[in-house]
Amino acid sequence: MNISLIMFLVFIAVTLAITYWASRRSAGSSAYFAASRQITGWQNGIAVAGDYMSAASFLGIAGIIAFQGYDGFLFSVGWLVAYLTVLLVIAEPLRNAGKYTMADVLAYRLKPRPVRAMASLSTLTVSTFYMIAQMVGAGTLVKLLLGGYVTYNQAVIGVGILMIVYVVFGGMLATTWVQIIKAILLMAGTIMLSILVMAHFHFSFGQFFGAVGHVTYHDAKGAVVVQDFLQPGLRYKPPYGPLELISLGMALIFGTAGLPHILVRFYTVPDAKTARHSVVWAMVLIGSFYIMTTFLGFGAATIVGPDFIKGHGGTNMSAPLLAQALAGNVFFAFISSIAFATILAVVAGLTISATTSFSHDFWTNVIHNGVERKSGEEVLVARISAFVVGGVSIALAIKLQTANVAFLVALAFAVAASANLPVIVLSIFWRRFNTAGAVAGLAVGLLASIGLILVSPSLMGIDPPTVTGAARHLIQAKAWFPLENPGILSIPLGFLGAIIGTLISSEPTSQEKFNELLVRSNTGLGAEKATAH
Amino acid sequence: MANTAQNLEIVKPGQEPAQSQSVWDRIAASREFQDLIAIKKTFIVPAFIFFLVYYFALPVLVGYAPKFMAMKVIGQVNLAYLFALSQFFVAWIIAALYVKAANNFDRLAKDILDKTGKGDK
Repeated sequence: MNISLIMFLVFIAVTLAITYWASRRSAGSSAYFAASRQITGWQNGIAVAGDYMSAASFLGIAGIIAFQGYDGFLFSVGWLVAYLTVLLVIAEPLRNAGKYTMADVLAYRLKPRPVRAMASLSTLTVSTFYMIAQMVGAGTLVKLLLGGYVTYNQAVIGVGILMIVYVVFGGMLATTWVQIIKAILLMAGTIMLSILVMAHFHFSFGQFFGAVGHVTYHDAKGAVVVQDFLQPGLRYKPPYGPLELISLGMALIFGTAGLPHILVRFYTVPDAKTARHSVVWAMVLIGSFYIMTTFLGFGAATIVGPDFIKGHGGTNMSAPLLAQALAGNVFFAFISSIAFATILAVVAGLTISATTSFSHDFWTNVIHNGVERKSGEEVLVARISAFVVGGVSIALAIKLQTANVAFLVALAFAVAASANLPVIVLSIFWRRFNTAGAVAGLAVGLLASIGLILVSPSLMGIDPPTVTGAARHLIQAKAWFPLENPGILSIPLGFLGAIIGTLISSEPTSQEKFNELLVRSNTGLGAEKATAH
Repeated sequence: MANTAQNLEIVKPGQEPAQSQSVWDRIAASREFQDLIAIKKTFIVPAFIFFLVYYFALPVLVGYAPKFMAMKVIGQVNLAYLFALSQFFVAWIIAALYVKAANNFDRLAKDILDKTGKGDK
């Protein structure tokens, strides 16, 4: 039996045991959606890190750095620094004033039904796009990592079923512990890889960076290239590269604080102070991890080499192949199982945030006017919707097997930054803000992000006839918008929509209730308390 | 409505919901609360602006002055990499300073809550 497969099965067994344990403590809305708000600061910090660092950041970023050097490291920087927005602006007001979702904060001062309906739509959009990207990646990776033991479809179905089981039976508590275990494994694996990389260079940074300065590979035409991989500009070239970098930065800095699966994590702790401490814990882990992508990415470029990686599964296999080159098959299996854990923890987080929003925002508050008709109905609806979300994701991931879905991650961040963030911020800080503004902001941010991605080089372009299949652009015409990341335009549009919508309408009650939100969000008066198990 | 239900949770026995509405306005208008907001602003606004300027300097410089950023500083290591690396430490330092400042916010908020508690009795 394959060593990777054994390690995958061990991880599955442990997480299923946790799910069984959690299932006995998940009765009632607060327990199911927010783990009874009893997760401690450090636990939640690790879980945030586990929720956030996707396979895209573990395998993807190592691959981008291994192939395009320094420019890939710029993703790493943005992914950490974005947490300052979460820390300084979002986490504490959200915990103080909300219950289970970001829409709770909006619904305080604004008309709950239109605002929750739009916020729920936006949440489901972000989660679904992000999920499809993760699931398609999961299918391809698990198939590669297990080396022929499973097909793409089996891998997607397996990941989908596990994520449904975690969320349906274990709720937020099981999801949290899956994320914590994954984050610890990811940190351990990354530290080990980094030490092995440095050991390869006799623990000399001079030798290491010396090698990074002279990476040798064959270009598309077959010519030998020696390239300084610390030099900027290998990925982001003129004329639009610099703007693309700024747009990407904006999407990361403002999008992270609008990602529903990250925001729901702050409801699992007892109070705002703990939420703050959990962001700091998350920043320590996430920052350390992304600094170490230096060793993962440049290590793969120098020790394994882009040529070899290209011939053995492509960019995403950079980190596992580095592990194999440094310490053999057992370590390859260990790193592969970490990638598997990473995928599962993130898709479980996405599923629970989507189902929470559907059940709490849409079912209970939009359709039934905020009244839970029968005790336990909210949780029941969430469990049913987890099956639906899981089933739809499996089906779409199978359907889109050969499609290029990398742009869906950019789209998820763009919607979070352009639709969610503006309305949360304006709702907390602007007295004049009202329902029309929130609905307009969410709608404009959502439509602008989707619209601009549709006409971006991700989907539009003219391919020569030699390009076939998935590599072909969906729309064979010159792109109307030159950037792959729409943030630089869609974020201002989202804010503008929210501001104009507010100014052309009048809603005295939203201004009267501003004091309530202001006092609640700044003092924690009346905040949701932790509940006993 | 969910909002009404949440309001009721903080209403002390013997109080009418109508009065609890004014509790928010009363606290919001108090000098202690105004001070809390002012003190928070004096930290958060400059910190947030500094972090935005420092962060966006990276893509702007890398994008528009790649030759300058490719300047080697220590051996093979160039300015671009060192500036990117510094972002992590600056982010951690801002976070640490915020946590320190926030302990003071917590104290002021607790004073306000204690006073409100007494005022309601």
